[in-house]
Amino acid sequence: MTPVSVPCRKRWTASKTNGQNTGYTGFPPWVFALAAAGGLFVLLPLAAMVARINWGQFIPLITSESSLTALGLSLRTSAAGTVLCIVFGVPLAFVLARASFPGQRLLRAFVLLPLVLPPVVGGIALLYTFGRQGLLGRTLELAGMQIAFSTTAVVLAQTFVALPFLVVSLEGALRTAGIKYEAVAATLGAHPTTVLRRVSIPLVLPGIASGSVLSFARCLGEFGATLTFAGSLQGVTRTLPLEIYLQRETDADAAVALSLLLVAVAVAVVGLSRPRPRPLAEEAESE
Amino acid sequence: MPVSQVDLFRLCTGALLAAGVVAAGLAACVNSTPDKAPSASTDGRKAAASSVTVYAAASLKSPFTEIASKFEAANPGTKVTLNFAGSSALVSQITQGAPADVFASADSRNMDELSAAGLIDGTPTNFATNVLTIAVSSADPASISSFADLAKPGIKVVVCAPQVPCGAATRKVEKAAGTTLMPVSEESSVADVLGKVTSGEADAGLVYVTDVKTAGDRVKGITFRESDQAVNTYPIAAMGSSKNKELANAFIAMVTGSEGKRVLGDAGFGAL
Amino acid sequence: MTLDFNASLRARNFNVAFTMEATETVAVLGPNGAGKSTLLGILAGLIRPDSGNAMLGRKRLFKLDGGTNHFLPPHTRGTALLAQEPLLFPHMSVLENVAFGPRAAGANRSKALQTARHWLTEVEAAGFADRRPGQLSGGQAQRVAIARALATDPELLLLDEPMAALDIHAAPMLRRLLKRVLSNRRAIIITHDVLDALVLADRAIVLEGGRITEEGPTRRVLEKPRSKFAAGLAGMNLLPGTITGYGLTSDGGLDITAHPEDGAVPGQNGVAVFSPTAVSVFPSAKHGSPRNSFAVNITELEPQGDQIRVHAGGLSADITPAASADLGLMPGMTVYFVIKATAIAVYPA
Repeated sequence: MTPVSVPCRKRWTASKTNGQNTGYTGFPPWVFALAAAGGLFVLLPLAAMVARINWGQFIPLITSESSLTALGLSLRTSAAGTVLCIVFGVPLAFVLARASFPGQRLLRAFVLLPLVLPPVVGGIALLYTFGRQGLLGRTLELAGMQIAFSTTAVVLAQTFVALPFLVVSLEGALRTAGIKYEAVAATLGAHPTTVLRRVSIPLVLPGIASGSVLSFARCLGEFGATLTFAGSLQGVTRTLPLEIYLQRETDADAAVALSLLLVAVAVAVVGLSRPRPRPLAEEAESE
Repeated sequence: MPVSQVDLFRLCTGALLAAGVVAAGLAACVNSTPDKAPSASTDGRKAAASSVTVYAAASLKSPFTEIASKFEAANPGTKVTLNFAGSSALVSQITQGAPADVFASADSRNMDELSAAGLIDGTPTNFATNVLTIAVSSADPASISSFADLAKPGIKVVVCAPQVPCGAATRKVEKAAGTTLMPVSEESSVADVLGKVTSGEADAGLVYVTDVKTAGDRVKGITFRESDQAVNTYPIAAMGSSKNKELANAFIAMVTGSEGKRVLGDAGFGAL
Repeated sequence: MTLDFNASLRARNFNVAFTMEATETVAVLGPNGAGKSTLLGILAGLIRPDSGNAMLGRKRLFKLDGGTNHFLPPHTRGTALLAQEPLLFPHMSVLENVAFGPRAAGANRSKALQTARHWLTEVEAAGFADRRPGQLSGGQAQRVAIARALATDPELLLLDEPMAALDIHAAPMLRRLLKRVLSNRRAIIITHDVLDALVLADRAIVLEGGRITEEGPTRRVLEKPRSKFAAGLAGMNLLPGTITGYGLTSDGGLDITAHPEDGAVPGQNGVAVFSPTAVSVFPSAKHGSPRNSFAVNITELEPQGDQIRVHAGGLSADITPAASADLGLMPGMTVYFVIKATAIAVYPA
């Protein structure tokens, strides 16, 4: 993650950075076969879906009012969910990676739980927390905040399932980075808050960025928890996945078209915003 | 992320364990799962030949489960395999080649679809009706007594989306009553509507009479006059591809016969 | 404005106490794992000792005993740390790196940049103020790191082997630079290099096994070492033992004939120190006063400049390659190390 340590790259090994990998790969050729099968396993269903698209109707289907409303809602709620993930996930990752306190492992296990929980379970849990009859819901209602059936509920559901993605990827980046720079910054007289703001966070910015992208993508795809917790109403809580689910009941063509739209948006987000490794090692080597 | 891998593994193990516990609990909750035919005297050869697979709308779960066990008792050695889901989901499964012998739909539209595809044997028989009712939680904090009450400001109503049969019925009733609802959510299935009511998130929901029966004490149904404007008719038919047409027709006969009518009536379905 | 330090940390078997004056530079010498970096870590506030007490001038760095539990965090100590790696912040320019300390201390941006430029000029690095750390060579980066540390005007500068990671061409320039900036400044420098200790430090502390085994003016420590480690650094043979009327009896039982220095009292603990160049190697015993002759078993032969260093019996001798070839020296061979009495210094330890 940090471009500091200059790896001592021996000239006789194949370099992949120049785009061509003609040398030694370090694994037997049959690994390629399995890798190809794995790739196909993911690509084939997508291709099958594309093959079923009614292209004549594609544009009208994805530009229908309900589709555009759902897409807009999905993008807005996912953006909000990602912001919440950053606000809470970055501190969580720091605490998990850098601090040590009793119950830390347990905390990590719980934070990562949504990764393995079926989303509908998350939805039920959120319902019993923020719902009208829920743990906090009653208090919130007295304070004039109604979360059930609101866009806020969608954002909460998305944040719940997406948070671990940011925490996991950032925690890894933080552990890899270590605290050498932070220690130096402290001995230079920087207050811990200054160290966090000017050293720690800039150093793991690529980790935060990739974690945010993953979280955004997860928010975009969130379905189960939203359906259980937020309901489904056009323009308010019916995000693109819920719209697809509903369209499937009556109009398979529309469902497939919207699925492709969702895939396209997800691929665009994940693919285009993936940070490229900076070629710093190269520069330092040439000195 | 080498650190989290180990933890993830532990986590997964723990989560799987928890999932197992939940699954066991759920299994215990599923009531009256049809037992294997008690007639131990039947030889295996015959049992394999006499099995019938019934695809039925989710709302038919409890009466059909009961009818199936009666059918098995009446025909020793037969085995009824039941598959419940939303009617449209069942139609797409059957279209994709799922091995159904009998299909019972919650509306005629889905049956018509199979019919048009030439997949059914003969003509479907209508065997039951279902009407909408207002479901409120048993406490009924919003004191709902009529369909018009649902349109009062501040009342949180959940309905089915117009794309699914119960939503289409809701639209019809709205028109007949001259009342326009402002639902807080339009769900994809009756179960989701009922879930929002039982959890107390919504004040009321529009579901079928039979759903309220199934839900037990946690919700109560409030019948309303306009519900007769959207009577849902349930058709049943044998599949053209069935290898057990005789048995399939026997099952349909039991459903449409007096025995079936009684069970369906107990579950809240209307007779034809 | 003295530094008064004592601390112990059981987990690292560390127990050290010393003091130093305001403008003193102290070299900390010692084998790997002796606790040198622990010492700097505790001073910088990065490692918390079990117990101890340290005052830097009027500032109490820590006081940890049964009753008090005072431990200043690193950023309030005024103890800048310069490590083996420059650790320049990779996301900032060279100038921003040097301005980091003044900014953290509350200086406004233009003032901080001004201070940074001053110190970059001071370390002859003003030319790459706008570069990124990744574009610097090791020596350049370390100079910038020194400027960054000095820009905070530390009350105590901690240097942890600042030249260890540099190639041999970059070291002399950096050494000159450190010599200039460390004068009139309080600094502690960990080093493995005798030259660094001699050039940069007024005083040397030898740390072995978490304890101070020797301390004093650098020149004296290296010229008249009392610890095995300091003798090794100085390239000397050292035999600890008991002073006798005619020399010293080593702890290993060797009787050494030499002139004990004035004031040495027989029976006192002392050391016998002699240079490897003063040792002659013979295939058989040589007798006759005033010579010392010890039978030893060769453990290793290694080139040492244009000489061959013969390691045997914990001592070493430097002989010419020709002599080595004539004698047919091999590890495992028994030979005699012969040293003139006048070439051996014996003094109290």
